[in-house]
Amino acid sequence: MGNFPTTVKHCLSYEELIQDYPWLARWLQEEKEMVPTGVKIQLIDMLSETGLPVIEATSFVSSKWVPQMADHTEVLQAIHRSSHVRYPVLTPNMHGFQDAVAAGATEVAVFGSASETFSRKNINCSIDESILRFEEVICTAKQRQIPVRGYVSCALGCPYEGPIESTKVAEVVKRLYELGCYEVSLGDTIGVGTPGSMAKMLHSVKKEVPSSALAVHCHDTYGQALANILTALQMGICTVDSSVAGLGGCPYAQGASGNVSTEDVLYMLHGMGIKTGVDLSKVIEAGDFICKALNRKTNSKVAQARGDYSVHCRMKKINT
Amino acid sequence: SGEVRVNVVEWGSGFLMSVQDGASAGKTLPERVKIVEVGPRDGLQNEKTVVPSEVKIHLIDMLSEAGLSVIEATSFVSPKWVPQMADQVEVMMGIHRRPGVSYPVLTPNLKGFLAAVNAGAAEVAIFGAASELFSKKNINCSVDESLQRFEVVTKAAKEAGVPVRGYVSCVLGCPYEGKVSPDKVAQVAKRLYSMGCYEISLGDTIGVGTPGGMTEMLQAVSREVPVNALAVHCHDTYGQALANILIALQMGISVVDSSVAGLGGCPYAQGASGNVATEDVVYMLHGLGIQTGVDLPKLMDAGAFICRSLNKKTSSKVAQATCKL
Repeated sequence: MGNFPTTVKHCLSYEELIQDYPWLARWLQEEKEMVPTGVKIQLIDMLSETGLPVIEATSFVSSKWVPQMADHTEVLQAIHRSSHVRYPVLTPNMHGFQDAVAAGATEVAVFGSASETFSRKNINCSIDESILRFEEVICTAKQRQIPVRGYVSCALGCPYEGPIESTKVAEVVKRLYELGCYEVSLGDTIGVGTPGSMAKMLHSVKKEVPSSALAVHCHDTYGQALANILTALQMGICTVDSSVAGLGGCPYAQGASGNVSTEDVLYMLHGMGIKTGVDLSKVIEAGDFICKALNRKTNSKVAQARGDYSVHCRMKKINT
Repeated sequence: SGEVRVNVVEWGSGFLMSVQDGASAGKTLPERVKIVEVGPRDGLQNEKTVVPSEVKIHLIDMLSEAGLSVIEATSFVSPKWVPQMADQVEVMMGIHRRPGVSYPVLTPNLKGFLAAVNAGAAEVAIFGAASELFSKKNINCSVDESLQRFEVVTKAAKEAGVPVRGYVSCVLGCPYEGKVSPDKVAQVAKRLYSMGCYEISLGDTIGVGTPGGMTEMLQAVSREVPVNALAVHCHDTYGQALANILIALQMGISVVDSSVAGLGGCPYAQGASGNVATEDVVYMLHGLGIQTGVDLPKLMDAGAFICRSLNKKTSSKVAQATCKL
C-alpha cells in the first residue's frame, strides 16, 4: 500500500514523551507553555466571529493528565457563545461528561482508536474497553439530547503498530456510529497517510458508515494533509477538522508539525469554489493573536505568505 | 482548545472529479512519475547564501546517487545578475555525470547557450512567462520579444542535437498582474512547444494556485500541447503544492519539478517558502504506489547535507518528521 516510513519504528523512543499525557491531543496540549485562560477565551471568541460553524472549546479530562485543560469549566463558561456556532468538548468518560454538562456543554466528543497498542498506551485500556466506556457516555448524552461526535485515531497509521488495516478502522468507526455518534472524525494521528492510504481507508469505512457522517482530521507531519483532504473531498467527505495557525505539534516526532492549519485548508477550499461560510482574513487574525500570545511563529503557509505578500504588493504599487 | 471544524456545506464548480471509490483512486494516476530536481539551480539561486562550487558539485553528485533522473545543474546567465551561478563552468565540469541522468542548464540567450555547450551541457532550458508585466520586470522585454530570443536558442540547439526544455512562469498568478488567463498560458506553452521544446514545465511562480485554478489551466494548455509533454512546477508558498500536484497527476501529468529540502524561497514574499520539497513529493508519490526511481533516504541525506552547508533548516516536512536518532 505504499511506503511506511522507517521513522515510525524510531518514534517508539518517544514513548516517554507521551506516557504522562494520554493522547487526547488537542492542539494546546502540545504547546509546552501553559496558556492563560484569558487568552484561550479570547481566541475562541475571535474564532466565533469568523464564520466557523464548530469550535472545539476544551477537554473535560483529568487535569492530572492534561494540565493544559485544567481550566475547562472556566473557559466554557466565559466564552461568548455565538448562536451560529457549536462548542463541543472532549469527554473521555462519565465523570468528564457530567462535569461538562454541569459546566454548560451542549455537545461532546469521545475518542476511540483503530490501534490496540495506541489505545492501551494512551488511555490504558483496549479498544473494546474504551468503547464500553463511551457507550455509557453516549447513552446518557442521548437521553439528554446532547449530540456526540466520535473520533478514531491512527486511522492511517500508528506510531507503535505501523500500518493499520482499513477494515479495522471501519469496524471501530461503525461501532461508534451505531452507538449513536452523529459523526465520526477519522484521524491521521501521526500524519503518515498519503492520498493512496486515505482512499483505501475511506473505501472501507464508507461501506459501513455514510459519507455524510464522516469527517477527516489530517495531520501535516509529512506535508500530506492538504493532498489527503483533497482526496477525501473527492470521495464525498464534506467535513474537515483543522487547527488555526496549525498549532499543535506532533508528540511522536519532536519538532515536527502536527495539525493542518485552518488558513491553508480554507485557502484551498475557497480556491476550488467550495463554500465554507468562513472569512479567511478573520481566521488569519485569530491565528496572529494566538501566535503572539504563545510567542511563536504560525505554521500556516497562507498566514506567512499573506503577511509578507501584502507588504510586497503595497511596495510594488509605490514603485511603479 | 481551539480546534475547529470546517463544514463544507456546498460544492462550487463541478470540476471535483468523482474519483472512483477506494483503491481505484490509483487508476487515474500514472504508474511512473519523472521528478525534475531543480534544487541545485532554482533552489540555490533563490537562497541568500552563496555556496562554494565544491558544495554544489557534491550536492549534485549526492542527488545523482539518490536515483533522480533529471537534475538541473546550473544556469548560464550573466554572473552579474545571478552571482550564485557564477561558477557555472566549474560546476558543469566538476560533477560526476551518472549514466542515464540528464543535467539540464538554463540558457536565457544564444550567448548562454554557446557557453553551456562549450562547458559540456547536453540539455538546456529556456524560461518564458505567461504575464507581460512579469516578463518586462524580470527580463526587460515583452513575452513576444522573449519568445523570439528563445527561437534563436532552440534553432541552434536543434542543429547541435541538444534537447530544450521550456518553462512558463506565472501560470496560476502573477505578483504584478494578479490573475493570469489560462488561454494566455496555453498560447505561450504552445509557442515554446512548436519551436522545439520537448517538454513544457508550467510554473506556479508565487504558489497562489489551488486545485481549482490548476485544473482550469491544465485543461486549456492540454488542448494545445500533448499532456505527455507537460510538467508542473508548483511552489508551496501557500501550502498548496502537493494538492496541486495531485490534481495534475489526475489529469495525466507525469513529470513533476521539485527542489531537495524545499530550497529556494519566494523572491516575492520575504520569508515565505517557495519550491516544494522533493522529499515530500516523493513521499506522496510512493504512498500512491507510483514509481519514481528515487531512494528517499539517500535523497534526505542530500537534503541534510545542503541544509548544513547553508546553515538553515530544511523546508521538507518529511525530513523534519524523521526522528534524528
